[in-house]
Amino acid sequence: MISTQRLSRVFVEVADTLVADFDLIEFLHNLADHTAAVSDAASVGLMLADEHGKLHYMAASTEGAKHLELFQLQHAEGPCLDCYRTGQPVTISDLTAEEARWPAFTSRAREAGVRSVHAFPMRLRDRVLGALNVFDEDPVSFRPEDVKVVQALADIATIAIIQERAISRAETLTEQLQGALNSRIVIEQAKGMIAQRQGVDVDTAFDRLREHARRGQVRLAELARAVVDGTADVPASEG
Amino acid sequence: MAPPQDVPSAVPAIQDLCRELTERLGLLGVAVNLTSGHGSAGVIAASDDRCRRLDELQFSTGEGPCYDAVQWSRPVLTPDLANEGTARWPGYTSTALAGGVEAVFAFPLQVGAMCLGVMDVYGAQSGSLTDEQLGSALTYARRATEILLDGGPGLGDAIAHRAEIYQAQGMVMVARGEGAAAALARMRAHAFAHDLSLLTLALQILAGHELLEDE
Repeated sequence: MISTQRLSRVFVEVADTLVADFDLIEFLHNLADHTAAVSDAASVGLMLADEHGKLHYMAASTEGAKHLELFQLQHAEGPCLDCYRTGQPVTISDLTAEEARWPAFTSRAREAGVRSVHAFPMRLRDRVLGALNVFDEDPVSFRPEDVKVVQALADIATIAIIQERAISRAETLTEQLQGALNSRIVIEQAKGMIAQRQGVDVDTAFDRLREHARRGQVRLAELARAVVDGTADVPASEG
Repeated sequence: MAPPQDVPSAVPAIQDLCRELTERLGLLGVAVNLTSGHGSAGVIAASDDRCRRLDELQFSTGEGPCYDAVQWSRPVLTPDLANEGTARWPGYTSTALAGGVEAVFAFPLQVGAMCLGVMDVYGAQSGSLTDEQLGSALTYARRATEILLDGGPGLGDAIAHRAEIYQAQGMVMVARGEGAAAALARMRAHAFAHDLSLLTLALQILAGHELLEDE
């Protein structure tokens, strides 16, 4: 299932991105896109935990995946939450067999056309930072080698968050996590402003924000902050 | 960005938070200072006079963990000031060490792009905060943010991080032509007055049913 050719491209691009001063949120969105592409999945979502062990939505390759992640957070049930709690991968090739385990989630997933979920923990030593979740429209069983590859992509997300492979200070993790959670809030504030100004929904506002950041080669969180501070704006459509 | 709440009226409650947190952590003390977009800043509350002077030291030397916490929008945790602070904040570090401080933990009082100030926690001995101490400090920092914002009730863990609240905040900022802090304070006041949860109000705003225009 996993295309090695695509995969090597991903690792090259990831290595290029993981330089000093990169944008974590944009990076996680790209990683979600790449993971979906290499695993031929319908969509991929990422969640991170705060210092209280509470999970937060961080990035997704599609709006559908985002809504499935948010649904699990709201209903406090689902494979991604179990993956985070146990620190172990959760591999569900067919969700129809899991109705007793997650009644609300399986019903919502069916409505969304999702049949299969593979959730991978983002781990740092004995601590679980979050989960990377792969959604498919058909019953899919990952081969052991596929599991390894997607777990490697989840590990890349962990590395991106701590920004260094050997983390010597426990404090660095707290600082980066809190910074990332706050950046996510800045982006939501900017989405609301753009949506109101341009008369579009918040998802369209996010697409425009992200597109404008890419074109201008500025960091997503930085552009969002400038929008909220009133020092930058995002055009309604890019000519 | 100035907080919408009248600062002097918020000071006693912030003062109480500083004392409570100091007791809970069992450390040297806690101080809270305010940041404004124009660079003026000041200490508004501290658990005791010594911590107030320690906090003011950052403003007199023009450097220190609270400046970095504001600039980077994240906590700046310095469990070993002598080793980590000397190169980063030379003037501040030497005076703080002489004042009996070996660890400083700075927590920004922020909600996304809105930063109202910083809460600094001081330790007399070098050493990391335990997970429990860290959790307490983050909780108290959020409470201080809410008091500075409007003095209103806490958001509660369950909804404090829901994306919809901040999207709605951005919409209200544009619709009302006001800053982030004022918009969030307005939403909280409206939710309280109409007996709605902040999340319910945010969902109404996002659905276009409510923009807090007719108050």
